[in-house]
Amino acid sequence: MGASDFSKLPHIGESLRRKEDYRFLTGAGQYTDDVQMANMTHAYFVRSPHAHAHIKSIDKKAALAAPGVIGIFDGQDVAGDSINGLPCGWLITDTSGQPMKEPPHPILAQGKVRYVGDHVAIVVAETLEQARNAAELVHVDYDVLPAVVDVRDAAKATALHEVAPDNHCYKWAIGDKAQVDAAFAKAAHITKLDLINNRLVPNPMEPRAAIGSYNRANDEYTLYVSNQNPHVERLLMTAFVMGLPEHKVRVIAPDVGGGFGAKIYLYAEDVCLTWASKKLNRNIRWTCDRSEAFLSDAHGRDHASHAEMALDKDGHFLALKVHTHANLGAYLSTFSTAVPTILYATLLAGQYSTPQVYVEVDAWFTNTAPVDAYRGAGRPEATYLLERLVSRAAWETGIGQDEIRKRNFVKNFPYQTPVALQYDTGDFHACMNESQKLADVAGFEKRKTASAAKGLLRGIGYSSYIEACGIAPSNIAGALGARAGLFECGEIRVHPTGSVTVFTGSHSHGQGHETTFAQVVASRLGIPVENVDIVHGDTGRVPFGMGTYGSRSISVGGAAIMKALDKIESKAKKIAAHLMEASDTDIEFANGEFSVKGTDKKIPFGQVALTAYVPHNYPLDKLEPGLNETAFYDPTNFTFPAGTYIAEVEVNPNTGEVKLDRFTAVDDFGTIINPMIVEGQVHGGLVQGIGQALLERCVYDRETGQLLTGSFMDYAMPRADDFPEFKIGHVCTPCTHNPLGTKGCGEAGAIGSPPAVINAVLDALAPLGVKDLDMPASPHRVWEAIQAAHA
Amino acid sequence: MQTHLTVNGKKVTVEAAPNTLLVQALREHLHLTGTHVGCDTAQCGACTVIVNGDAVKSCNMLLAQAADAQITTIEGLAKPDGTMHPMQAAFKECHGLQCGFCTPGMVMSAVDLCKKHPNASEQEIREQLEGNLCRCTGYQNIVKAVQHGAAAMKS
Repeated sequence: MGASDFSKLPHIGESLRRKEDYRFLTGAGQYTDDVQMANMTHAYFVRSPHAHAHIKSIDKKAALAAPGVIGIFDGQDVAGDSINGLPCGWLITDTSGQPMKEPPHPILAQGKVRYVGDHVAIVVAETLEQARNAAELVHVDYDVLPAVVDVRDAAKATALHEVAPDNHCYKWAIGDKAQVDAAFAKAAHITKLDLINNRLVPNPMEPRAAIGSYNRANDEYTLYVSNQNPHVERLLMTAFVMGLPEHKVRVIAPDVGGGFGAKIYLYAEDVCLTWASKKLNRNIRWTCDRSEAFLSDAHGRDHASHAEMALDKDGHFLALKVHTHANLGAYLSTFSTAVPTILYATLLAGQYSTPQVYVEVDAWFTNTAPVDAYRGAGRPEATYLLERLVSRAAWETGIGQDEIRKRNFVKNFPYQTPVALQYDTGDFHACMNESQKLADVAGFEKRKTASAAKGLLRGIGYSSYIEACGIAPSNIAGALGARAGLFECGEIRVHPTGSVTVFTGSHSHGQGHETTFAQVVASRLGIPVENVDIVHGDTGRVPFGMGTYGSRSISVGGAAIMKALDKIESKAKKIAAHLMEASDTDIEFANGEFSVKGTDKKIPFGQVALTAYVPHNYPLDKLEPGLNETAFYDPTNFTFPAGTYIAEVEVNPNTGEVKLDRFTAVDDFGTIINPMIVEGQVHGGLVQGIGQALLERCVYDRETGQLLTGSFMDYAMPRADDFPEFKIGHVCTPCTHNPLGTKGCGEAGAIGSPPAVINAVLDALAPLGVKDLDMPASPHRVWEAIQAAHA
Repeated sequence: MQTHLTVNGKKVTVEAAPNTLLVQALREHLHLTGTHVGCDTAQCGACTVIVNGDAVKSCNMLLAQAADAQITTIEGLAKPDGTMHPMQAAFKECHGLQCGFCTPGMVMSAVDLCKKHPNASEQEIREQLEGNLCRCTGYQNIVKAVQHGAAAMKS
């Protein structure tokens, strides 16, 4: 079935209430820390208090003698058992043609620690309190080394890894530099910008957690883990780290309390627990403290960039050049190397028909927690840079933030950008127009006057973003360095009575797959949504899966389910043809009924399902009994959600306080299956993006490398009273290359909103002469910028 | 140390060390795992329960302090037949939850809020929910849910 037919099915586009809500609302959710098992022990990790140090010795004697302690393991124990380090899933090739520097990433430190929170030892005891107390008794003698945390200081700092003496992981480039230089030589105007994309801590509300379990009877491991992609976790752990046969390891990601990227990766703790559960022949539970999460979850963003845009005399973009320093942290996390390259630089054409783009990226190691994909992953960094630059160009040329965008929008599709991507479809003007209408841009000047009467400065900011989602065509990803395929798998199990269980590799941790996916299947089969259950998050039940990230679930996971449904429908038609004594080709299927073209003969889906399992009157010579189909779907292109966001702020020039007064988001997600869920995803993304713009910043001490924002007391998480009610709108140009026409909606809000907010703040501050501001626009920073402009 | 208290209408006795937190008693001793722990600084509110009629962060209270108290957790909010409390129903109706982890604490805070401020405005609701963090929903639908729930609790 194609996207056009799909969008016309009953219930597609309806805001069905979520099937999963009852368990969450009644306290019956089963998160990893809720899983009860006999024979349980508890783990606590000894972590480095230093950002950079040699380990001279580890003395475990006193700790081993402490009450309740069952085992303590350090780096030597791990090395003795031939446990490998954690792999990086994406190989980036340096501009020199050499592979990136890929230092070992041990699960427990091997003679050296490289960031505060680095794993030194695992302590296992009968109770958590005993493990925690014993961890205090593990005496580690450190020889402290100088630390570096700022990416701009990395080249001159003490080396973290032997393989990278200058802390440089790779230099990577895309685009035609000569053409870009030629275009700049002819420019009527050049707009320049230096900016920092602030480091963030993802902070899903459920901290990471895991339970390692080993069954000696059949030599099998089970790992419960709060993770977004249990099959990937298992693949990396068995094939790369532990050298175990995959069929002996089951990974279960039960209810997961948010991910946002931070739970994609294989972490040291997960491997330690799995490994130690066999060593000790006990089940081992570990649940991260929030303070530990701040130290050890993969962080996001952390770029320092310089960008220049060349324009002709009419404000048309001629060329863009960008240089970015990306902070990778102390080690290469699972997808870290792809974020500032493949997922960033390829998006820098944005919504514009800029003929030439050249981007250079230098990636560095620093004494900070590993940095990896966080909601948006590279695309927020690209959008922030480009949309800040475009608004600055608008102000410098006097063209207007909206007009300069419209003048440069891509109009014809498909569109090949100069940085590898091909946009299949979109309507950027429609998003801009709809957003301006919803935002009541016409009334802005009146509101500005009203603000001024209160002594407040009102500003308006635009951001027109595009992202590449539906990750990803495996062959393209492979050519770009991916060490995994990026397809998805779906299995449809029709039961004899006609109800259906769907097994999907797309994990749901807040996205509502249990409803949206059921809506897809129920609509296709013409059965009640209540008769469809979705199973995800268990390698023991789901055939395979690449998991949930990059807004890929509906466009890739949903497409796999559609393919499996095609197979179900095809087989069911043959059964129906047999039952109605007609030809296969004369059978039509709609609204849950099979009918013979041109006759009034029809039978319901349930009767065909029953016949498949009670095949008394059945073409057994031509067809197997049963109705159970699996499909793998590998996309042929990325999907390209896009939209225009408009922010309005009021700034108090005396205190620097910024109030977000209005925010409008208009997105083109292609076909929308459940608008309620999609809008919920937008709301959540917006708050994370606006959080980055106004509140959040992860700070390490530049001298000592200590994490200064290590709790919710120090790191400003967005709260309910930081926001107005958002206005949400949609434009729909269906994706042309998947069977649903969907593009994905999970990350848009976080991608599009930061530059809209900062542009609004800068617009408000323009009368005071403030031209630049880094995120977050906290009162202190804004006040400082105002004072500096006065000086 | 023995502590007697009433949890979701049932009298219980918990035998636990004196430094046991109320949230530990609920989760680990009474196996009421609907109450969650999302931080270690009493900031996130995922552990919110009702103690003697007030919403309390159960990570910030010793079990001993809850001696003889009447406690309601998320498990005790629905009717015995499973019918959801109006506030729970409002969260479902308004899509006021996504991953569900902050939800029990958010719902308990919302119930307390609406009992004490049945006519709270949108801005007052936002301010009152300051002590509960949600990373998924962007709060917009939570605020709507609280408004709906408040109306339903009155009727």
